Amino acid sequence: MDFRLTDEQRDLRAGVRELLAGRYGREALRASVDAGGALDRGLWRELGEAGFFSLRLPQERGGVGVGLPEAALVFEEAGRALLPGPLVATHLAAGSVPGAAEGTAVVTAFDLGGSLVTHLGEADAVLGAPSLPAGEPVPSADPLTPLHRVARPPAGAGARAYRDEGALLTAALQAGSALRTVELAVRYAGEREQFGQPIGAFQAVKHLCAQMLVRAEVARTAVYAAAVTADPAEVAGAKLLADEAAVRNARDCLQVHGGMGFTWEADVHLHLKRAWVRAEQWRTAGEAEEALAAELAAGLAAGPAVGPAAASG
Amino acid sequence: MDLTYTDEERDFRARLREWLGKTLPELPARPSPDDWPGRRAYDAGWQRRLYDAGYAGLHWPVDAGGRGATPTQHLIFLEESERAGAPYVGANFVGLLHAGPTIAAEGTAEQRARWLPPVLRGDEVWCQGFSEPGAGSDLAALRTRAVRDGDDYVITGSKIWTSHAEVADWCELLVRTRPVSEAFPKHRGISWLAMPMDAPGVTVRPLRTLAGSTEFAEVFLDEVRVPVANRVGAEDDGWRVTMVTLSFERGTAFVGEVVACRRTLGELAAAARANGRWDDPVLRRRLGRLYGEFGALWRLTQWNVSESEASGGVPGVGGSVFKLAYSHARQELYDAAAEVLGAQSLALEGEWTLDRLSSLSYTIAAGTSQIQRNIVAERILGLPKGR
Repeated sequence: MDFRLTDEQRDLRAGVRELLAGRYGREALRASVDAGGALDRGLWRELGEAGFFSLRLPQERGGVGVGLPEAALVFEEAGRALLPGPLVATHLAAGSVPGAAEGTAVVTAFDLGGSLVTHLGEADAVLGAPSLPAGEPVPSADPLTPLHRVARPPAGAGARAYRDEGALLTAALQAGSALRTVELAVRYAGEREQFGQPIGAFQAVKHLCAQMLVRAEVARTAVYAAAVTADPAEVAGAKLLADEAAVRNARDCLQVHGGMGFTWEADVHLHLKRAWVRAEQWRTAGEAEEALAAELAAGLAAGPAVGPAAASG
Repeated sequence: MDLTYTDEERDFRARLREWLGKTLPELPARPSPDDWPGRRAYDAGWQRRLYDAGYAGLHWPVDAGGRGATPTQHLIFLEESERAGAPYVGANFVGLLHAGPTIAAEGTAEQRARWLPPVLRGDEVWCQGFSEPGAGSDLAALRTRAVRDGDDYVITGSKIWTSHAEVADWCELLVRTRPVSEAFPKHRGISWLAMPMDAPGVTVRPLRTLAGSTEFAEVFLDEVRVPVANRVGAEDDGWRVTMVTLSFERGTAFVGEVVACRRTLGELAAAARANGRWDDPVLRRRLGRLYGEFGALWRLTQWNVSESEASGGVPGVGGSVFKLAYSHARQELYDAAAEVLGAQSLALEGEWTLDRLSSLSYTIAAGTSQIQRNIVAERILGLPKGR
């Protein structure tokens, strides 16, 4: 057993981070906010060319031929960079929707469990559905995730068949965002001075940051393990913890930024709003908890008799 | 990212499982928590069985009498032992996980020969004399003085929170061998001594915990003479020696406990299904969440073990991240248990309630959560020191 990343995996992660820093750095992020959240088709194609969507397709079908753990690492980086668009749905559509693997098609999914769907206005297809439904645009909490309301989802558009992989890759995005907001908070706490010293020297601020790291690291570990085992209960646990880490870390990051955190100029709100969107996708916290409870109960029916409780310390 | 075990590791697990299955039914009945001599005898008996079967000091280096097992094998050992319901390390905790590894790493050949074999055999029990009434989280503020007199140190002061002091043979004692000065700030001028607990001038006064038991004690030291030869490491270098010890403690001390918590959660779910509380979706989801959290903590344990295997066995500061998450999750677990049991949880007859009470120590012992957060913030995140 060696749970650490292999050299190849580290290289992959570093390569994706470098690619995204160059192609979708902070200026690009703010430009897409200013542009009203329109999807950058050029960037989408470049992601396709870099293998972002075809990662798990076999090489003989034009893919990269790697597994779920590698995909999780790539999506963690996308979450860190706040890369917008229906990344998970398009990745899942590679191989079944023409153009998805290459990034020439934008594919969304009914993964919000209701009548709202993300990025429908720019989508070429819906995952698992034969046709693209009409929808009314709805103002969105996240400026980079446009929403449409449809009267009725097209037949076969349920995301159920893709739920576990969708939840895992979304959890990886959340983990990346959670790790990124730790960095943003720590950087700000080291720069911003009050009472004659950096606010990061104050224990109250320090403890916020430390707790953020704890949440992010536990979530990241859960995501990696779930990517290795692909066990549905483990995926549910990873989604639950990663959602919580992304949302709560963004809130704490906002708190560390003080008044600046409540402005449009700071990036913190973009992380928080996207984390809210992702928390509703594929598996909500309540659904994940129920799945885990069911697994716990199933273990009782099938598992070995429990031994005596441990003696106290 | 590989969670599969090698053939060798699987073989090790299978042999261990077979031995545990054969040995555990032969064990005598567990003594009551307040029967200290009984507990010592029970824990020593278990240690002796481990020794005879070749499982004592599994992760200790071979030249210290251990088996030189890899961290992964040690993880398997702790996992299987807990899963089978084997006795907890108990009274041998300090000897096996603290004082022993410290002596193995820092002691002379004579010191290793004198102190390590009896720990491995379960013949001698150690306790830890670190904390003082005025030196808890700020351990380096300790004031117990040791003054050189010929070949002895003469020690005066007091220690507190000393687990197993009532039955220990030896105490790993931190003393101040040099007064605090500009040249010797408080972290320097501390020495690490092995003190016999039956030395004249040592008085043990048991302390009652909020769980009602006498889990630990105060130890008063009145001109206790300890040979200079009992000092491990150089004079005034005890702080560094101690840090070696603490890094061992944070690395693997909780592996078995995570397994125990997952098992406890299963028992809790069974209890909830039996008494109908499982039908409450709020409570059921809470248990589901805890199942997810302890699953992740188990994976984090495997991660830390992989890291320590790669770094040559000394775990890093990642242990603080784990301890923060684990100690709080454990308390949540027993709060959930109380919700499952309802008013029944007020009756002290059940283990649930005693375990709930003892879980309150987890965010305090071995460095409070506040101190752990400082460690994470300063040493991992690089935030400035301050207050």
